[in-house]
Amino acid sequence: MSRIPVTKTPKAYVGGKFIRSESGRVFPLNNKRGQFLCNIPECTRKDTRNAVEVAGKAGGAWASRTSYNRGQILYRLGEMMEARAEELAQAVAITGAVTLAAARREVASTIDRVVYYSGWTDKYEQVLGNTNPVAGPFFNFSVTEPVGVIGVFASDSPSLLGLISQVLPIITSGNSVVALASSTNPYPAVLLGEMLATSDLPGGVLNILTGFRDELLETFASHEHIRGLDLSLDVDGKKQAEILAAESIKRLKVREQENTRYWSSEKAQSVYAIRSFLEFKTTWHPIGV
Amino acid sequence: MPSIVVNKYPLKRLIDEVGPVDQIAIEERVAKFTTRSIKKGSKIQGLNLAVSMVDLTTLEGKDSPGKVQSLCQKAQSPDSELNTPQVAAVCVYPAMVKHARKFLGDSPVKIASVATGFPSGQYPLRTRLQEVKQAVKDGTDEIDMVIHRGAFLSGQVQTVQDEIAAVAEACGEATLKVILEVSELETYDNIRAASFLAMNVLRSNDFIKTSTGKTSGNATLANNQVMLEAIRDFYLESGTPIAMKPAGGIKTAKQALHYLVAVKETLGDEWLNNRRYRFGASSLLNDLLMQLRKQDQGVYQAPWKFSDASSGY
Repeated sequence: MSRIPVTKTPKAYVGGKFIRSESGRVFPLNNKRGQFLCNIPECTRKDTRNAVEVAGKAGGAWASRTSYNRGQILYRLGEMMEARAEELAQAVAITGAVTLAAARREVASTIDRVVYYSGWTDKYEQVLGNTNPVAGPFFNFSVTEPVGVIGVFASDSPSLLGLISQVLPIITSGNSVVALASSTNPYPAVLLGEMLATSDLPGGVLNILTGFRDELLETFASHEHIRGLDLSLDVDGKKQAEILAAESIKRLKVREQENTRYWSSEKAQSVYAIRSFLEFKTTWHPIGV
Repeated sequence: MPSIVVNKYPLKRLIDEVGPVDQIAIEERVAKFTTRSIKKGSKIQGLNLAVSMVDLTTLEGKDSPGKVQSLCQKAQSPDSELNTPQVAAVCVYPAMVKHARKFLGDSPVKIASVATGFPSGQYPLRTRLQEVKQAVKDGTDEIDMVIHRGAFLSGQVQTVQDEIAAVAEACGEATLKVILEVSELETYDNIRAASFLAMNVLRSNDFIKTSTGKTSGNATLANNQVMLEAIRDFYLESGTPIAMKPAGGIKTAKQALHYLVAVKETLGDEWLNNRRYRFGASSLLNDLLMQLRKQDQGVYQAPWKFSDASSGY
C-alpha cells in the first residue's frame, strides 16, 4: 500500500521556537537539476528585529552561566549532531552541489569544531586575559567580557561547516547570535535548529534565520542593538556594511572566503576567533592595601 | 400564570439586568483588532497619542522620593531628541503624592494616587476613605481606588456600590478611577456587571480601570473590550461618558496601538484623548519612544538608549 508522503516544512529557529517568516513569504529550494525540494522561509527585517530582541533577552543569562557549564552545553550540541550525523550529511548534499561523501566529511569536521570550541569555553580567558606588568605598586588585570548580540551572515558554502565555524566562537564566550543561514543551501541550518532545540542551549542564544543577504544587510548593519557583525559578503556588500556599521560603532568582520578548503582547514578554528567578539576590561588594584 | 422569577442572588440579578457577555464573540472581535495595518503617518500619530495617554506608574515597596523625582522628570519630558507630548499623569502611592506635587509644581502632568488599601482593598472603609482624603489634601488630581472583590463575588454588590459612592464623594474635585481587578472577577459577565455597578455612581469622565498590575492576570484586549462595550452601552442609555484605563501587562507599542484600535472602533474619536482613555504602565513609555525614534531615524534602536535598561546586553 502506498503512503502519502509526509514532508517537513522548513522553518527558521528564533528564541527556541520554530517560526515561519512574519511576512509569510517563502522561496523554493531546488536541486542541481532544477527539481523542487521544499519552500524555505524568506525572513524579513521584522523577523530580524524580533530575533535581536530575543537574543538580547537571552544573552545576559547565557553570559552569566559558568564557563564550564557553557562548555557542557556546547558539547551536548556536538552529541546531538553526532547522533543525527547521517541526516545532516543528507541535508548538506540535498541540492547535489556536493557529493554525499564530501557532505559526510563536512559534517564530521563540523561536529569536531563544535567539540573544539566547547573545550575552549573555560580556557580562553587564561590565554587572552592577562596580568599586565606596570611601573607602580599595582596589580593590573585585563579580563574579557562578551560584547552582546552579534549578527552573522553564514558562508554560502560549505553550508553547515561555515555557519558553525562562524557562530561557535561567538557564543563560546557568552555572546548571543542572530545568524542568516546560507541562501544557496539553508536546509542544513534548518536541521541544525532542531538539534539546538534539544541541546540545552537556552532559546534565543543562537537564532537562525533563512533568506537573502541583499534584503537583510541593511537591517543587520544598522540595527543599534547588534554590537558586532561577522559577515560573509562580496565586495559591494562589504562597503555598504562598513558605512552602516560605522554609524552605530559596531565591530565588523567581513569574510570573502566562502570555500570548503578554507573552512575545513586548521586556520578556520582558533582561540583568536573567540577574541574577535570580546571586550577587554582592565582593572588597576593597589598592592598591599 | 407563571410568576416572574426574580433571582434571589444579587450578583445574578445584576448580571440579568445588564445583560451577559458573549465570550466567543468578544474574543473573535478583539483578535481582529490585531490585524489592522497601521503605517507611517498614522503610526507616528498613534504612538504620540499613546504617549499622551500614559499614566507613568511606579508602585513598588522600594519607591522613594528620588525615584518619584526621576519619574516626574521623565513624565514631563519623555524624550530629549523627539518632539513628543508629555504623558498624562504619574501614578504613585499616597505617601509619594506630596513629593510628586513638589517636583511637578503646576505642570499639566497630573498626579494619580492609588488609594483605598491598594492593591487588595481589604481594609476598613473608614481608613480607606481617610487615605483618599489625605491624598487629595496632599495635592493629587486623581484617585485610583480598588473595589472589594471579596464582597462583590460573595454577592454583596450593594455594599461595593455604596463604597464606590463614598469614595467618589471623598474625592471632591479629584477624578476617580475604579479598579475592578478583572483577573479576580473570573468571568466576562462579572466584569460587565462590575463595570455597570461602578458607572452607576460615577461622575462624567471618571474612569473604570482593569487591574492593579499586582496579580497574575492583567489587562487584555478582551477584558478591555468588555469594559469598552459596557461604557458604550451605559453612555447610550444614560448620556454620561465614562473614561477607561487598562493597566498592567501593556508593555509594547504594538499592544498599545491594538488598544487604540479597540477604542476607535468601539467608542469613536470622542474617547481618543487622555481625558477619556489612559494606559497604566511603567515600561510601555520606553517602548513607545523606541518605536518613535525608529520612525524618526530609520534604524532599529538599542534598549540601553532608554532609561530603564540596566544591562548592556
